[in-house]
Amino acid sequence: MATIYIDNVPYQVKDGDNMLSACLALGFNITYFCWHPALHSVGACRQCAIVRYRDENDTRGRIVMACMEPVVDQARISIESPEAKKFRTQNIESLMINHPHDCPVCDEGGECHLQDMTVMSGHNYRRYRFKKRTHLNQYLGPFLHHEMNRCIQCYRCVRFYNDYAEGKDFGVFAVHDDVYFGRFTPGVLENEFSGNLVEVCPTGVFTDKTLRKHYTRKWDLTNAPTICHHCSLGCNIIASERYGSLRRILNRYNGEVNGYFICDRGRFGYEHVNSERRIRHALKQDPAGQWQGMKTKQALAEIQQKLRAARKVIGIGSPRASLESNFLLQQLVGADHFYAGVSAKQAKLVQEVLHIMQNSGVRTPSLKETESYDAILVLGEDVTHTAPMLALTLRQAAKNQPKEKAKALKIAEWNDAAVREVIQGQKGPLFIAAPYATRLDDAARACHRAHPDVLAQLGFAVAHQIDAHAPTVETSGAVQAFVSQVAEALQAARKPLIVAGTSLMHEALIHAAANVALALKKLGKQSGLFYIVPEVNSLGLTMLGGQDLDAALEEVEKGGVDMAIVLENDLYRRLPAERVDRFFQRVPTVVVLDALANRTGEKAQYVLPAGTFAESSGTVVNNEGRAQRFYQVFKPHDDIRSSWKWLQQFVNDSALAQTNLDGVIIRLTAAYPDLKGILEAAPGADFRVGTQKIPREPHRYSGRTAMLAHIQVSEPKPPEDPDSPLSFTMEGYVGTPPAPLTPFFWSPGWNSVQSVNKYQQEIAGMLKGGNPGKRLIEASEQATMSYFTDMPTVSMPPNGQLSIWPAYHIFGSEELSAQSAPIQERIPEPYVAISTADAAKLQVNEGMRVQMQLNGTTIELTVQVRNDIPEGLAAIPAGWEAWAGITYPFFTTLNPIHS
Amino acid sequence: MISHLRSLWLVFKHMFHKRETIQYPEEKPYLPPRWRGRIVLTRDPDGMERCVACYLCAAACPVDCISLQATEDENGRRYPEFFRINFSRCIFCGYCEDACPTYAIQLIPDFEMAEYDRQNLVYEKEDLLISGQGKYHGYNFYRVAGVDAGVKPKGGGETESEPVDVRKLLP
Repeated sequence: MATIYIDNVPYQVKDGDNMLSACLALGFNITYFCWHPALHSVGACRQCAIVRYRDENDTRGRIVMACMEPVVDQARISIESPEAKKFRTQNIESLMINHPHDCPVCDEGGECHLQDMTVMSGHNYRRYRFKKRTHLNQYLGPFLHHEMNRCIQCYRCVRFYNDYAEGKDFGVFAVHDDVYFGRFTPGVLENEFSGNLVEVCPTGVFTDKTLRKHYTRKWDLTNAPTICHHCSLGCNIIASERYGSLRRILNRYNGEVNGYFICDRGRFGYEHVNSERRIRHALKQDPAGQWQGMKTKQALAEIQQKLRAARKVIGIGSPRASLESNFLLQQLVGADHFYAGVSAKQAKLVQEVLHIMQNSGVRTPSLKETESYDAILVLGEDVTHTAPMLALTLRQAAKNQPKEKAKALKIAEWNDAAVREVIQGQKGPLFIAAPYATRLDDAARACHRAHPDVLAQLGFAVAHQIDAHAPTVETSGAVQAFVSQVAEALQAARKPLIVAGTSLMHEALIHAAANVALALKKLGKQSGLFYIVPEVNSLGLTMLGGQDLDAALEEVEKGGVDMAIVLENDLYRRLPAERVDRFFQRVPTVVVLDALANRTGEKAQYVLPAGTFAESSGTVVNNEGRAQRFYQVFKPHDDIRSSWKWLQQFVNDSALAQTNLDGVIIRLTAAYPDLKGILEAAPGADFRVGTQKIPREPHRYSGRTAMLAHIQVSEPKPPEDPDSPLSFTMEGYVGTPPAPLTPFFWSPGWNSVQSVNKYQQEIAGMLKGGNPGKRLIEASEQATMSYFTDMPTVSMPPNGQLSIWPAYHIFGSEELSAQSAPIQERIPEPYVAISTADAAKLQVNEGMRVQMQLNGTTIELTVQVRNDIPEGLAAIPAGWEAWAGITYPFFTTLNPIHS
Repeated sequence: MISHLRSLWLVFKHMFHKRETIQYPEEKPYLPPRWRGRIVLTRDPDGMERCVACYLCAAACPVDCISLQATEDENGRRYPEFFRINFSRCIFCGYCEDACPTYAIQLIPDFEMAEYDRQNLVYEKEDLLISGQGKYHGYNFYRVAGVDAGVKPKGGGETESEPVDVRKLLP
């Protein structure tokens, strides 16, 4: 800690920080543009001017930029001195010279950092009477709207897009006050994190195109703190509603999970909530196959009656439903008749991951923590597509070792431009072993591409090289060179991290990763092990237990099952279609609870409209084992309700049937002591600040007496929320609520997302009162897990056939986001990628159409000939609806279509 | 006694004062042009809707009786998809007019809006939009804004220079 004097008042601040960050952490308001807590300082915009004095006798001082001024003990500065204030006002006047008269039609208006800073600096009158420079806009794809006139040249966008996210297709053009930020030619911004420009840009140059389609000002949105449901990382987000439709997703800062950024799938994948395929009322299919809408009451009565009559009812849970929903289904049908709703292979993989996390004694870091590791091995995952935000944190981690050089030169870490000058594009020890090229390869020091079986062997070999007690494996020369390079780098590191996952459905890969981490731990390293699991609540569902879907189908085959309840699960995405068809033939009554119409729903007898993440509250457990609560954003006008509320109507336990979310959680934790932590994931529904609930709506929320007046001029009573301490109105506590209950970031004078500074204990650190979420699994020091020994042999396909593996796509592989219109524009055409050698053998060329046999059906795909694919392997996009249920890998032939 | 006589005298004197009572509705009262009465939405000199759906009127409204939804036409011109004022809540304070950056929303000297059914006091955009410019003539927001919304091209405004050629490197 250091003592600094701000306007002659002493304060204790963190050593080694910069003055701007220190002052903001103390609660002072200083104007700034180019500085960003994650992108650090470059001192470009000259807006954060303060006066720095030599000592207490110095009365003149000199103007310095706060973001470039290191905190040193006994430093004396002034924020309020007239010179500094005048400097800031005049500087912003120059920055605003060319800013257009756009605020009324600008999407940033009302949450604009530039507006806030202009008001804060006191510049309120434009003296400049000459012409403004103008720019033409570019088309940047379905996610972002470009309006270059508004640019104030702070350079934050290029610093995020090119330096932080390492995108290649964005840049700065032209000179002096003409500088232009965009692509070389108009086109889709390729980087998977481009959406963050919406929050990074201090003004309205980059705005959310999906919000623009149903534009609402920040003050008019009903918001709730929620969790992104589109991958297993569980990034914290704010979802916002107006007039009954979901309007946008913003990042919700969590110092341990997603920090300041989220991926484009998380930000723009929400439109499925507003989809035309939403089920809005209870539906019933008569024996003739005709669907009819039903009143909720009637549907409930009929299903209840069927349940009473049924002899054997099974329940099929889901990894994309909350713990509470899965638990209620389990209570309804009984633990013996509850099935986890994923294929046996998938279930086994996640069980293995959980087993290793609980027993290996190796720490599973949080997402944000992965940024602190200095050597990384990624084993068999294309992280950009299976857990996108991890790719962003690994890119930062890969710079840790090169940054040591800057540290040795005594350059502060926040001095961004200087640190980059020292790094000079050097790559840290990030190694990627994957079957084909991944989007992260450009950040890696070395990559190895091989058959997944070879990759598993490679992992075992690395473990063996680190610790000779680990099982040994025979590897070829090319693999051995890579193995040595990886093993040496991991051994030299202080904190090595191993990343693996379930995406290739390969158990040995998971074991190989565990072996490497165990070997490193034996060496005394603070090793980390980070597994990626398939879905938002995969780990939570596994902790609840239950058999897998294959077991459910076997049970059905045995006969006697006369009713099944399927919870938020499209079974056709889990298992081959013919097996699922059999299931529907054998079970006379199937009740499906889901949000969107899908093939499973079409086969059911009853469909009940379940809420998506936006219309329900609950708890999910991410890949790190962190239990996080998500809250309902709005109460829909139709019959949609949370799955667990539907299931409450059927349980035979009156206490459980009438309780609120907290009551369900208490029952759940009583039954599962391992999950006790979820009670602490967020405050209970009876939490109040004083006597007040926390409002979901900002205090400027407008239109309350008019928005429903066309239906009925007398305003209805606002809906109540018995399940959370949040209210659906604007009345309640105004201030900083507990972090898990923060529905939006706002602070007086800070209307933009930058107001998150006011919610943090220290800048870019922990949120006040602790980061949301509760880790359920901690590595134990006493753990004694022995090495896995199930080394695979390489199984190559018979001659003439190819071994088909899944290739994941951030846009398309995930079920719900793929139903979002903006995401759909980015989904690639179905393809099969084969190696150059195989293309020559099969005599096919790039772009040719081929047929492939898939579980008895034939699909048509376009050939991609790629030199990053090993011979004998082929990849098809994973999760495409037509073949989502198949199990990888499988052997097949490709038949060229000759037209 | 004196006070009684004084009062009588004052009452008597009032017989010769000008009458304040007028025979409404046969006789209409004079309302100054800036009288804050019924709210209208006006059009710009080109006959297009002035409202750009910025939501400032709704935010300024102390009784929250204005609600609208923004949308865009094919040129990117923003306008309200619906615009609703619940006059049964309106207090005719005129804050919406003050807040309006485009002179779109204006209060006019008309108060004759009485209804038997409160529901009829909910005015939609069709009821609010007039075909003229109202009190303020000659202003078209899209002529002075930086955006191209089909009114003028980028750089076509009076205070704008031609769009920059970003590939030129001359100083």
